[in-house]
Amino acid sequence: MLPIEVRDVSLEYDTPAGRVQGVKGASFGMQASEFLCIVGPSGCGKSTLLNIIAGFLTPTSGEIRIGGKAVNGHGMDRGVVFQDFAQLFPWRTALGNVTFGLEMKGVPKAEREEIARKQLALVKLEKFMDAYPHHLSGGMQQRVAIARALAYDPAVLLMDEPFAALDAMTRDDMQRLLADVWHKTRKTVIYVTHNVAEAVYLADRVIVMTPHPGQVKAEIPIDLPRPRDPLSVEFLDTQKRLLSHLGGTAIPAAA
Amino acid sequence: MTTQDVVTSSSAAGLPARHTPAGDVWWRALTRNLYPFVVVAALWELVARLGLFPARLFPSLEVVFAAFWRLTVSGILPHHAAETVFRLLAGFGIAAVVGVLIGIAMGRSRRAEDIFLPLVSIGAPIPGLAYAPLFLLWFGLGNFSAILLVGFVSAFPIIFNAWTGVKAVKEIWVRSAQAMGADQRKLFRYVILPGALPYILTGLRLGLAQAWRVLVAVEMLAAVPWGLGWMIFGAREFLNTDVMLSGIAVIAVIGLALEKLVFQRIETYTVVRWGMVTA
Repeated sequence: MLPIEVRDVSLEYDTPAGRVQGVKGASFGMQASEFLCIVGPSGCGKSTLLNIIAGFLTPTSGEIRIGGKAVNGHGMDRGVVFQDFAQLFPWRTALGNVTFGLEMKGVPKAEREEIARKQLALVKLEKFMDAYPHHLSGGMQQRVAIARALAYDPAVLLMDEPFAALDAMTRDDMQRLLADVWHKTRKTVIYVTHNVAEAVYLADRVIVMTPHPGQVKAEIPIDLPRPRDPLSVEFLDTQKRLLSHLGGTAIPAAA
Repeated sequence: MTTQDVVTSSSAAGLPARHTPAGDVWWRALTRNLYPFVVVAALWELVARLGLFPARLFPSLEVVFAAFWRLTVSGILPHHAAETVFRLLAGFGIAAVVGVLIGIAMGRSRRAEDIFLPLVSIGAPIPGLAYAPLFLLWFGLGNFSAILLVGFVSAFPIIFNAWTGVKAVKEIWVRSAQAMGADQRKLFRYVILPGALPYILTGLRLGLAQAWRVLVAVEMLAAVPWGLGWMIFGAREFLNTDVMLSGIAVIAVIGLALEKLVFQRIETYTVVRWGMVTA
């Protein structure tokens, strides 16, 4: 039984210019603890697909199965990290944000704070437990968001370009940290990005999407040994191979 | 003025700006609060001494203070003030509870919005005092009418701002909370309410200002036996400008106290601490 299966998912929506096919016939399955990247240019429907998997959008046809069960709407079997730093609740401290999901689950206070502290330590923010989000940098806020999504132990972690709004140096640090967190937690992760180097650095497998209509064009396994060196010849070759699948439509990102 | 000099000279003496001693902050707050009173008093005294008006109509500060003191020790002024504050808090309290509830309902439910928004939009621009004669006819002279009118009039800005606040709650907060398993009730309590708080507080502030305006005026009309508005209005009959000014001064002090001791404190502990509003 695969932890997550996407079966022939399509989404159409109406615009003033007529009916638009946002996602067309997307299908893929995932192994447990797999890190999957969905890559494509803006407007290819990759974020839409992630939002369907997260349950924020209902597909026009097709279904999402998690742990063998078809899912409808959002649920605690999935953790979500968005691109927007504003996703944290400004009225809660870093710790309060991370405990939120556990609080909704009804976990007692002492226990949920214990878990949250561990999650914050995992993203190296244990010193900033009591800080409110507006006192944290963008990178730190995204780390809190990752800890928050992991805290209630969902089966799948969904990430929608979480580092796209960060500066290049912080982004590199965050990618290393995420690779490390994934190595320690062995979560099943679906990670949306338009950054090819990021996908090659993080993924076990990359799904390439193309726009108009948004559909899966290729699936490329990345079997480089970890930890990966973004300056190695193999890394750059893989990056080139991935770019060729994108047909030059993606913005080539610096490693 | 000397207090301000002390503040500036101590910060100019090479103290780092971030490291302000607690005493310094205290002085600065005090001078800032006293400043409007000092300026108004100085201008007042100047005009009084120039003799532009007859002394009976424009008494010097000394006369005003004498009247203030006389009315305070005799217990008359505190009694007036207490009655006014009671009506203010009763009326404003009703408006705060009802207004926030209606506003949030409007922000959350399309149906509530369709029902209330047209009514609120029509009612809000009408000056509160215009309703006063109606309320007095319907509910009679006295406290009940006055409190009801204060509540009715001050509810409008509270409703509007609570409604706007709920609408301004970021979609991403709602999505995050839903992804983490928040049901409708928890979403409301843990996300919508704190998310809308900056607007709700603004609405309460505006509502309180409305409440003051209409209360002082309606006290002049509602034939209540006590109240600052009534005292000011009554004093006119006898050209007691000193009594009128004492009443105005008390209104200013109560208003400032509510602003500084209640609203600013709530803000400092909530929306300012959370970075949702800059101090």
